[in-house]
Amino acid sequence: MNALTFNGESLVLRPSGALWWPTERLLCVSDLHLGKAERMARRGGALVPPYECDETLERLDAEISAMAPRRVICLGDSFDDGPAEHGLSEAHRMWIARMMAGRDWVWIAGNHDPGPVRLGGEHLAEVRLGGLVFRHIAEADAAPGEVSGHYHPKARLAGSRRPCFLTDGCRLILPAFGSYTGGMDADAPEILALLRPPMKAVLTGPTPVVFPIGP
Amino acid sequence: MSRPLPPAFTDWFAARGWEVHPHQQLMLDRADAPALLLIAPTGGGKTLAGFLPTLAELSDGDHGGLHTLYVSPLKALAADIRRNLTMPVTEMGLPIRIEDRTGDTSATRKKRQRADPPHILLTTPESLALLTSYEDAPRMFAGLSRVIVDEIHALAESKRGDQLMLSLARLSTLAPGLRRVGLSATVDDPKAIGQLMARHPDPVEIVQADPGPAPDISMLETETPPPWSGGGGRYAIPAVLDQVRQHRTTLIFHNTRAQAEIFFHHLWLANDEGLPIGIHHGSLAREQREKVEAAMVAGKLRAIVCTGSLDLGIDWGDVDLVIQVGAPKNVKRLVQRIGRANHRYNAPSKALLVPANRFEIVECQAALEAVQDGDLDGAPRGPGPRDVLCQHILIAACAGPFSADDLYAELTSAGAYADLSRAAFDACLDFVATGGYALRAYDKWQRLQQRPDGTWHLRDPRAAARIRMNIGTIQDSDLLKVRMKGRMGGKPLGEVEEAFAASLTPGDTFLIGGQIVRYEGLREMTVEVTRHAARKPKVAVFSGTKFASSTRLQERILEMFRQPDWPALPGHTRDWLALQREVSRLPEHDRLLVESFPHDGRQHVCAYGFAGKNAQQTLGLLLTRRMEDAGLHPLGFVSTDYATLIWGLDPLREAAPLFARETLRDGLDTWLAGNAVMKRTFRACATIAGLIERNTMGARKSGRQATFSSDILYDTLLKYEPDHLLMQITREEALRGLVDFGRIEEMIDRIGDRIDHVRLDRVSPLAAPLFLEVGKVPVVGEGRERLVAEEAARLMQAAGLSA
Repeated sequence: MNALTFNGESLVLRPSGALWWPTERLLCVSDLHLGKAERMARRGGALVPPYECDETLERLDAEISAMAPRRVICLGDSFDDGPAEHGLSEAHRMWIARMMAGRDWVWIAGNHDPGPVRLGGEHLAEVRLGGLVFRHIAEADAAPGEVSGHYHPKARLAGSRRPCFLTDGCRLILPAFGSYTGGMDADAPEILALLRPPMKAVLTGPTPVVFPIGP
Repeated sequence: MSRPLPPAFTDWFAARGWEVHPHQQLMLDRADAPALLLIAPTGGGKTLAGFLPTLAELSDGDHGGLHTLYVSPLKALAADIRRNLTMPVTEMGLPIRIEDRTGDTSATRKKRQRADPPHILLTTPESLALLTSYEDAPRMFAGLSRVIVDEIHALAESKRGDQLMLSLARLSTLAPGLRRVGLSATVDDPKAIGQLMARHPDPVEIVQADPGPAPDISMLETETPPPWSGGGGRYAIPAVLDQVRQHRTTLIFHNTRAQAEIFFHHLWLANDEGLPIGIHHGSLAREQREKVEAAMVAGKLRAIVCTGSLDLGIDWGDVDLVIQVGAPKNVKRLVQRIGRANHRYNAPSKALLVPANRFEIVECQAALEAVQDGDLDGAPRGPGPRDVLCQHILIAACAGPFSADDLYAELTSAGAYADLSRAAFDACLDFVATGGYALRAYDKWQRLQQRPDGTWHLRDPRAAARIRMNIGTIQDSDLLKVRMKGRMGGKPLGEVEEAFAASLTPGDTFLIGGQIVRYEGLREMTVEVTRHAARKPKVAVFSGTKFASSTRLQERILEMFRQPDWPALPGHTRDWLALQREVSRLPEHDRLLVESFPHDGRQHVCAYGFAGKNAQQTLGLLLTRRMEDAGLHPLGFVSTDYATLIWGLDPLREAAPLFARETLRDGLDTWLAGNAVMKRTFRACATIAGLIERNTMGARKSGRQATFSSDILYDTLLKYEPDHLLMQITREEALRGLVDFGRIEEMIDRIGDRIDHVRLDRVSPLAAPLFLEVGKVPVVGEGRERLVAEEAARLMQAAGLSA
């Protein structure tokens, strides 16, 4: 487990790629991209193994069971596009409804899923809570305390490349939680333009490792 | 039935003082055969022999449209043949239009070629597959009369060949009566190639050209004997330079790119006279390679250090000596390489073998004798791979709606697919159409849909463009360019595999293009390096294709071991083998020799399986697993083409149970599933079968997050559908390829229960070189934990404490 004090708030960066805020009992996951396999097929692309929703929901369910959050924030790009949400199977809808029951659930709008979500919960552009603001894409002049996703950062260490959290103390960028998601290298120009040194990466996976990144 | 050439031809030949070779005349005489295969050595006028009937048939100017299609594995060869053919055609004033079509041909020209095809079109298997995917293919190929496949021996060994044969099956439907011609270098089994190329079950006629005089081949004599172990042949550099001096142009072949790089580096350091010497291999940038090729053609180079990249193709300059560094591993390839020297008909080729270590002396001697006996090795390739078939179904769908019955009938006329069952075909069609998953998730979004009349068609016609972009079976997507830092747009030095790049940390030095460079970082899919003055690179090796020694060659070595003495071998090698026979025994063909002995505080086991490097490597993994289970605490192992050496904490008492077939099979399945080799194989198969689209560099450069790794798909299938078609294909292929379990089974069949376990009190002569081998594989297990515990206890005791 990785504790991080971020803009005055104590947070935990989970090995799964989820963010846990103990005082608020808040769980935040980004970029689930549910329905990605279906979207690829719909557009005449490859028919990849259709198990990505099961895989992603299974991991989200495990986090929810482990932490019992009062509130869940899905930080945008929860669905690979509008039709992908509508294309969810009945079983997957029920599964999501079961997880939503008894807690606050916020769908943040992402660039893939800007429209309203029909699965219930709140649908918002951003959420402000304590010293933090949650939105999908980092904003150029954001005040300190911004939590965002979108970039799917990954970092390479000792030959293996894994999704990671990135922070420079002012911003925190979450890895993609969805199964079928690629990633962008943590030192890509788009990411470096957002962060100011010194910045660090926290790898997901069995052993959370913190290490500095930068040009 | 001799068929005379038209007068224009005989005049043209006579004006040059040339004669039609007997095999060229035979090709003319048998031009009507539905399938005709020519086996001729390099320099035998093979290409002209293939084209003479075409030129003769076209000389009257009556044929409209495409007459002959020529397919070669090399783009460069297509362009070169166009130049070579244009000359006689122009000089004889023949009304024949000749064009080439490869990945390098401009889009406008390609479009025009489809509307108004030339008489003779020169192309590659991939460009041909693409041509058959267009709706207008039936019109373009309607009048096609002959198809010539050049270097068919090379194509027959790869998926490129399988794809080509499927394309030919298509062409035979579009142009009934199409005649097939294959041109091949010397091979072990011409009939097998004939069966691959002929329309099943058509007979194939084989024309054998005079093989020419036997090659002049021997082992290079050096002052220093080769080292006990290792590769590269550095010890022989003075003798090699000496040979270069004595010849006009020398080709110096190596088995791997890395070895070629290292050898070239040291050759330069020793090249005091500054002889012009170049390097040529597949990892060098195209610009670099073309420069070397041009210098060769101009006769400016005295020697070229090279790899398989020069195995095929056109005559490059006046080569009069071929040197093979390292054991040739494969007799057939050796013969073909030797043929690169002296491209003049009826002149003997001259070649020298340079064994890289003591054991390779034995292997080189076995190879020499095999060449003299004309005993070539060949491994049957097995049935046509199904990933190529899946791609073929996609290609068929691009061309228009098709009936499954017709397509099945058509593709089983390709030799490699002749035995494909209808059920296996239907499974491939189901995979292409629906994904083939137990969970029928894509019913709405099938890739192919069936019309009421039963024909299959693309659901989304826009998919055709994407499918066409992914045609082909060559895997080259994971190469990264290497460039000097700070020189944007400068010439790349070459390419390395992405996995190699990932293993580097800034400051590491490695060899590329004959120079030592320092790794600075990875930037936008380019490896940035700076020049470095060190004499020795820190990371010497980047992985190339490692091929294993052929079964036939290994058999010949085992036969050699049966001799009472070895007068053909150098004295030191004879003594070495004699000593092995005295203290232990020599490995035999139908028995397995297992030695166990203590050395340097560890227990060792050496198994002489003679199964080739890949299989011995797999054997190492399986045996150490079994030994771990048996509580023998293995710590690591190392493998060569002929043996696996394992070390650990406890001695092996009983060897036989380790080698039971069932035991080894059991271990294999569990071990395979999580193995990196499987993931790599999966990526290749999934790309060919159309499950993964090739990453376009553009998309990755722009940092798009859309593409995800094929490993995720593999892991998902392993978890949810381990028996999915693609997992079956992957398993089948890994077993044949890098895992090479087939050869382990072959070994088990060969040895039966005849296992000779020899217990020694020290290292045996034959095992000794294995200790110096690189590429040791550590075993992570209890043995290592025990070592840690023992070391901790030792430290406690040394400090006067007790646990």
